[in-house]
Amino acid sequence: MMVPVEIDERLIEKHGITPEEYARIKSILGREPNFTELGIFSVMWSEHCSYKNSKPVLKLFPTEGSKILVKAGQENAGAVDIGKGQAVVFKIESHNHPSAVEPFQGAATGVGGILRDIFTMGARPILLMDSLRFGRLESPSTKHLFSGVISGIAHYGNCMGIPTVGGEIYFDDAYEGNPLVNVLALGIIEHKKLVKGAAKGEGNPVYYVGAATGRDGLGGASFASRELTEESHEDRPAVQVGDPFLEKLLMEACLELIETGAVVGMQDMGAAGLTCSTCETAARGNAGIEIDLQLVPRRETGMIPYEVMLSESQERMLIIVQDSKRRTVEQIFDKWDLHAVPIGHVKSGSKMIVRDGEETVADIPAKALTDEGPVYHRELKEPEYYEEAKHFNVENVSIPRNMGNVLKQLLSSLSIASKEWVYEQYDHMVKTDTVLLPGHDAALVRVKGRRIGIAVSTDCNGLYTYLDPYEGGKHAVAEAARNVVCSGAKPVAITNCLNFGSPMKPEIFWQFRRAVEGMRDACLKFHTPVTGGNVSFYNESPSGTVYPTPVVGMVGILDDIEHRIPSFFQKPGDEIFLMGRTGNDLGATQYLAVVHGIKSGVVPVLDLEREALLHEFMLAAGRESLLASAHDVSDGGLAVALAECLFGVRGKPLGAYLNLTELKETGIRADAILFGETASRVLVSVEPKKQKKLERLANQAGIECYHIGRVTEEQLRIDKYIHELSLELEMLYRSAIRKAMGE
Amino acid sequence: MNAVVVVFPGSNCDADCFHALSEVMGSRVKFVWHKERDLPKTDVVVLPGGFSYGDYLRTGAIARFSPIMSEVRRHAEKDRPVVGICNGFQILLEAGLLPGAMLRNRSLKFSCKFVHIQVANNQTMFTKAYRKHQILKMPIAHGEGNYFCDHDTLKELREKGRIAFRYVTENGEATDRANPNGSMDNIAGIFNERKNILGMMPHPERASEGVLSSTDGQGIWESLAECVGV
Repeated sequence: MMVPVEIDERLIEKHGITPEEYARIKSILGREPNFTELGIFSVMWSEHCSYKNSKPVLKLFPTEGSKILVKAGQENAGAVDIGKGQAVVFKIESHNHPSAVEPFQGAATGVGGILRDIFTMGARPILLMDSLRFGRLESPSTKHLFSGVISGIAHYGNCMGIPTVGGEIYFDDAYEGNPLVNVLALGIIEHKKLVKGAAKGEGNPVYYVGAATGRDGLGGASFASRELTEESHEDRPAVQVGDPFLEKLLMEACLELIETGAVVGMQDMGAAGLTCSTCETAARGNAGIEIDLQLVPRRETGMIPYEVMLSESQERMLIIVQDSKRRTVEQIFDKWDLHAVPIGHVKSGSKMIVRDGEETVADIPAKALTDEGPVYHRELKEPEYYEEAKHFNVENVSIPRNMGNVLKQLLSSLSIASKEWVYEQYDHMVKTDTVLLPGHDAALVRVKGRRIGIAVSTDCNGLYTYLDPYEGGKHAVAEAARNVVCSGAKPVAITNCLNFGSPMKPEIFWQFRRAVEGMRDACLKFHTPVTGGNVSFYNESPSGTVYPTPVVGMVGILDDIEHRIPSFFQKPGDEIFLMGRTGNDLGATQYLAVVHGIKSGVVPVLDLEREALLHEFMLAAGRESLLASAHDVSDGGLAVALAECLFGVRGKPLGAYLNLTELKETGIRADAILFGETASRVLVSVEPKKQKKLERLANQAGIECYHIGRVTEEQLRIDKYIHELSLELEMLYRSAIRKAMGE
Repeated sequence: MNAVVVVFPGSNCDADCFHALSEVMGSRVKFVWHKERDLPKTDVVVLPGGFSYGDYLRTGAIARFSPIMSEVRRHAEKDRPVVGICNGFQILLEAGLLPGAMLRNRSLKFSCKFVHIQVANNQTMFTKAYRKHQILKMPIAHGEGNYFCDHDTLKELREKGRIAFRYVTENGEATDRANPNGSMDNIAGIFNERKNILGMMPHPERASEGVLSSTDGQGIWESLAECVGV
């Protein structure tokens, strides 16, 4: 790259900087910025790094809680106390744009990036989850994206030896050309070992460790901050290339170094690479920092300072260590055959000074980049479709005659069908802690040496959130919490990844604001503060804007792993109960979408009060070991949930015999009983001798409790509506994705 | 029993093997870094799973040059047991301590799931604790587990009782459907000629505790403990 002679309007615009922002840069510096500085401001003030458009709305989230050790926004990820001096550190992040352009590397480096966020705090990552959205799998381009993303995640996670224990996947036209790839990582650490991303102690050396710097990923943060266009493929150099083996070495070396107590501060080089890590550590440490780019290990020749500062080459970290511990650093990184080069030091003052040998190429107050960026209060406008959807009259939808066929259609629809084609490609058992394997409502891992388990679930119904962002936001939090509760664990905190279109469009920003308000209300009700996450705007492609998709990653704690609850029925003879009332809720259902081709209607209203009561009841029932299984009723409604409960042992499904008289008496349509998605419901099975106790407990808790049937063998018989062989249903459910992929 | 778990830079089942041997089976276990040139006094050497060197070339292709491997070889020459699991098996093949080679799974995809394997020879120091033809439930997790060897080698493996485990159905049939990766003769694990080296693709360390839904892997550790006399 050549250094341009002059910084003109065109160049400024190309950097995504507005004339007002440029004026602000000039007033901060007291002069015109040079080319390198312009690049630095452009990435640090991009939406991806600065949250300039989302900040005022994100402030709505509750972030306080008695168990919160590191709050949202303070560090690279949030930390929550899990007792006995231990904490979990977790976060979810998007890698949507890179994955749209180069699915394998885009997804792989998404995994790499989120893992660095975890071990940069000193925590050892123990699990990964993925929340993915694609267009319709029928199209060859979606097949390419889907298989590329899955193998990219598998490639990186498997090699790192960190189990990918679950997640969720939806296929919908709304994501055509703009897939969502959100990756959650969770790590575990002793409180006293938590590392801050701060530069402190004048004179302490600043080490560059890990991979050498190349031109890959140049300006990735800015790339992520605009819409995808037909020309986005030309941005392929903005996608980084990942090397999981190198990251494994980097992780082991960093964790080993932290054990020695030599580390003052650590920060990974993710978005905006060296730029972000230097100015953020300086700003957090209330210090200055100075680095010399000539000392930075490189893998390409002729790189100019601008490129070195903006490169997003993977598997690199910045570590500030005590001056007396230089040898320790070098010995450890030598053991792992990695670069560890002192490229600068902590200074007094508050400036980030970048030199290229003798020449100073950037001289900027660090906090101007991190804390003093522009903040925008974007315009809001309720979109027209919002009211229209509410007036959709479900009375005009005909009730199908053959409900068995409807069930089969739903079980083999790709958003509902088994995701085993996906999770079998992930090593989900390495570390030997995965107690509930993928396929259950929540993933559950044990903590060796303790009785507790950690449950995690990611959830979001994009269609709900599109039709009613406020309700959709509530649902995302509530369903994630319900899934965690179904495993027996108590929800403690969330991380979120907010995937939306362009914030410049008032209708989109309205979706964003309303969804966040819904999430906030649910988080407050469940006492699950937000510990951090990520905002991904500009999820638009030539075929349109994605559904607003605020993915929630809920973390819960189970006091005793022996009290875990599986999602599947356990044995014939157990009694089946539906907890929670069923309404006439057909709006926005998978049933309407798949069977009738309608994506409209009133989103099932979520009563937070009832939902919270349900959680308390479930946790109490779990503590008393009343439940043989628990599965939440969501996509596809009661009939789909019932069928899913049968598939615990591959090839040997159980059966169930259901009598829905009690539900029918409420005057609800048959298709709403079977496939409606009324919120706040859980399907449980109990041993006959525990039945009375369960009913009593439900009664005390004020939870409706319908005894709807019994676990049997071989056949699913739902009242007079459905009578099918379980094995046939299981085959459809398990093979749908495999078939769609042409295998 | 004293055991050593060798740690290559990209090993990722090292801690799992350590846990199964020490916490579950009560053995005295040590990690040994691959750059070491000495092996501490031990009864058993375990080469764990993982991606030893990232495995961008071929699985295990570079690990065999690690300094510790000559010590592992010497340990084996004294008829002492060496077990290579998953990537450890691949390293043993690359090092020539076991015959044959690994191809990519026939699905061309990484595959992680529980499978059934049958004990093909229960008269060895690794398999004594199992019943004859016992069927075990154990997970696999690999992208290259498609065992291949030439005709003569296969004949010898069969005739000399050197096949340790075969992939089978739940009822013990070694069918093509039961074969998760395309391995020749449904082979899941083999022995060297003197039967003191075992290489296997399934993970016994992931099937050594009830909480992980199978304890069928314990037999390997129990057999070894019995054999070395503690």
